[in-house]
Amino acid sequence: MSNLLVAEYITKTYQNHTALNDVSISVPEQSIFGLLGPNGAGKTSLIRIINQITGPDSGKILFNGKPLAAKHIEQIGYLPEERGLYKKMEVGEQALYLAQLKGMEKYEAKKKLKYWFEKFDIAPWWNKKIEELSKGMAQKVQFIVTVLHEPKLLILDEPFSGFDPINANLIKQEILSLREKGSTIVLSTHNMGSVEEICEHIALINKSNVVLSGGVKQIQQDFKEGIFNIQFKGNKIAFTNALWTGAELFDSKEADGITNATVRLLNSTQPNDLLKAILPEVEVLGLQEVIPTMGEIFIKKVQEVKKEDNHE
Amino acid sequence: MNKTVLIIQREYLTRVKKKSFIVMSILGPLLIAALMIVPTWLANQDEDDQIIEVIDETTLFIKKLENTENLSFQYSYSSLEEAKADLYSSKTTGILFIPDVAITSPNTIQLFYKKKPSSSSMSYMKTELSNTIEDKKLLDFFQITKDQISAIKTPVRIVSSKLNEDGEEKQSGGGVAMAVSFASAIFIYFFIFLFGVQVMRGVIEEKSSRIIEVIISSVKPFQLMMGKIIGIALVALTQFLLWVILSGVLIMGVSKVFEDEFAKAEKNRATIEQFNPDAAKLDVNQQENFIAKVQSNLEMINFPLILGCFLFYFLGGYLLYSALFAAIGSLVDQEADTQQFMMPVTIPLIFSFVIAQTVIDNPDGTLAFWTSIIPFTSPIIMMVRLPFGVPWYELVISMTVLVATFIGTVWFAGKIYRVGILMYGKKVTYKEISKWLFYKS
Repeated sequence: MSNLLVAEYITKTYQNHTALNDVSISVPEQSIFGLLGPNGAGKTSLIRIINQITGPDSGKILFNGKPLAAKHIEQIGYLPEERGLYKKMEVGEQALYLAQLKGMEKYEAKKKLKYWFEKFDIAPWWNKKIEELSKGMAQKVQFIVTVLHEPKLLILDEPFSGFDPINANLIKQEILSLREKGSTIVLSTHNMGSVEEICEHIALINKSNVVLSGGVKQIQQDFKEGIFNIQFKGNKIAFTNALWTGAELFDSKEADGITNATVRLLNSTQPNDLLKAILPEVEVLGLQEVIPTMGEIFIKKVQEVKKEDNHE
Repeated sequence: MNKTVLIIQREYLTRVKKKSFIVMSILGPLLIAALMIVPTWLANQDEDDQIIEVIDETTLFIKKLENTENLSFQYSYSSLEEAKADLYSSKTTGILFIPDVAITSPNTIQLFYKKKPSSSSMSYMKTELSNTIEDKKLLDFFQITKDQISAIKTPVRIVSSKLNEDGEEKQSGGGVAMAVSFASAIFIYFFIFLFGVQVMRGVIEEKSSRIIEVIISSVKPFQLMMGKIIGIALVALTQFLLWVILSGVLIMGVSKVFEDEFAKAEKNRATIEQFNPDAAKLDVNQQENFIAKVQSNLEMINFPLILGCFLFYFLGGYLLYSALFAAIGSLVDQEADTQQFMMPVTIPLIFSFVIAQTVIDNPDGTLAFWTSIIPFTSPIIMMVRLPFGVPWYELVISMTVLVATFIGTVWFAGKIYRVGILMYGKKVTYKEISKWLFYKS
C-alpha cells in the first residue's frame, strides 16, 4: 500500500519555542491514521502545515508522491478542533459558500448537501441561522462541510467532541464508510478508545518529537509485558507457591469461590510453563494475556519523556 | 469561480441584506433632507400675531414703528402701571415700555409679554428702535440723515484670480467651492471610518467565531483579507449611491410639498430687509449678483474632475485605512481590545479633518501642500483643496504616493493579518508585530 501523505523532517519554530522538531510521519492510503499527543505537543502545528495554513521552516510534505502545492487544497478536508461557522449566516447558504471555496460547483454542492442533510436529519434547518442551532447540530453541519467535496485526505481534529453517544457513533460509522470509499483519514484525538477501535496506524507526538509510530496492533504487541489474567478454583496459597520464581503475583480477587489473579511472567517463563506449574495445584478456568490499551501506552510513553527531562 | 470573487460576493451580500444597512440607507437621506427643511419649517412656526402696546415717554417713536405680518403696534398714553394691570384683560400680547431717558440710555427699554415674541420679532423691534434713535442723534448732532450716509456707503468686493504661468486667469470658486470642499471632506472622513471599522469587525467576527481556520484551509489569508476589503468597499459605494439618489428624490419631493413654506420664509426675510434699509441696500447689491455669482462659481468648479477625484480618493483612502483596520482586527480576540492599536491609525484621520478648516482658509499654503501629499491625510485634504484649483502635477504626485502607499500598506497588513488571525489569548506587542513582517509564509 502506498503512502498518500508523507511528512519528512518537518521543523517549525515559533518565536521562543520549537513546535515541531524533525517530525516525520507516513500515512498509508485508505487508512485511518491516529495523530496522538498531549496538549501543546505540536499536533495542531503539524496539521496546519499539512493544510498549508502555515509553512514549515524546513522539511517537506509529499501528497500522493508529489510535493504539497496549492492545488491540493481541494483534495483535503479539515475539521479544526475549535469549531466555527458564521453565526449570523443561514445554514444552507453557509454550507454552499464553504463548499464553493473548496472548488465545488454550486449546483453539485447543493445536490450533495441535500443528501447529507437528509442523512443527518438536519434538512429542516436549512434556512435557520447557525446561532439558532444546538451545538451538536452545528457540529453536524461542520462535519458535512468538511467531507462534502469528497477529499482524498480528511483531517479530523477531535471529531467526536460535543456529540452525544448516538451521534458520536453516527460520525464514527461515517468515518469508516468514507474510508471504504477511498478516503484517507488523519484523526487527532485524545479519545484512546476510538483510536484502538478505528485507527490502523498512529504517531505519538510529545514535546515536538515523534516518540512512537507504527501500526496499532504492532505497537500493542510491542508494549506487552507478559501480564496474564488467570481464573481458577482452589487454594490461593498453593497457587502462589506454585508460581515460585517463574512469575510474580500482582493482584487477586476472590468471588463465589473463583479467584481472579493477575500475574507477570518473569525470567523468560512461557505461558505453558506457568500452566504446568499451577495445574497440579488448582483447577484452572481461564488464562488470557493482557494487551496494554493505547491509553496505557500513551501515558507510559509520555511519562518516560518527562522522567528523562527530569534527569537532565 | 474565482475564490476571491466568492468572498467578495459573500461579504457584499450578507451586509447589504442586513436590516441595519437598509435602515441606514433610508435614514441617511432623511437626515440630510431634515437638515435642509427643519430650520425653514421651524422659522415659520409659532409666529402667532402679536399686538404690542407701546408706552412711549419720549414721544419720539410714535408712529415710527411699522407693523409687520405678525406684529402690530398700538400707541397708548396710559402709564406703565395701568398697562401692566390691563395686560391680561386686553387683546394686547405685550407692552413695550420706552422711558424718557431711552435716547441717552437705550438699555432702559423694557418689554413685558404674555407670550414671548419670536426671536425674529424681537430683533425687528431692536433694529427699529436703534434706527430711530440713530436717526434722531444724527439729525441733532450732525444735521445729516440716514439716506445721506447710505449714499456714501461703498461695499467693496475683491475678485481674486490666480494668474497661471501661461498668463491664464483662474478665479477660485469662493463660497460654492467651500461648500463642495467641506461636503467631500466630511463624506470621505465619515465613510473611511464607518466602513474601515466594518472591515475590522468582520475580521474579529471570523476570528472569534473560529471559522477563520476553516476558511484559510481553503483560501490564502491574503485572498480573504482582500475579498473582505473589496466586498465592503462595494457596500460603501452602494450606500453612497443610494444616499445620492434617495436624497435627490427626497429633496425634490419635499421642496415641492413645502414650496409655500419656502416662499413664506423668503417673504419674511424680505419684509425684515425692507425695514432695514442699510442691510437691504447691501443685500440688493448682493442679490443682483448672487445668481450670477453662484453660476460663475459653479462654472469655475470642474465637477467631472471633482467627482472623479472624489471616487479616487475615497477608494484610495478607504483601501489604505481598511487594510490597517483589517490588520488591527487580526491582532485582537475581541473588539474591546482594539483600543491600543486604533489610536495610531485614527489620529492622522482625525488630524486631517481638524486641519481642513485651516486648509480652506489658505488652500495653497505649505500645510495644505504637504498634507495633501502625505497619503494618510491626502484623501481628505486634497478633496478640500481641489475646488479651489490645484496644479495638475501636485495632483499627480499626491495620487501616485497614495497608490504606492496603499500597495505597501496592503502588503504590510497582509503580513500581520496572516499571523494574527491564528493567534489567540495573547496580548500582542508592537515589537512582536515587527517580527511577523519577516516570517516566511
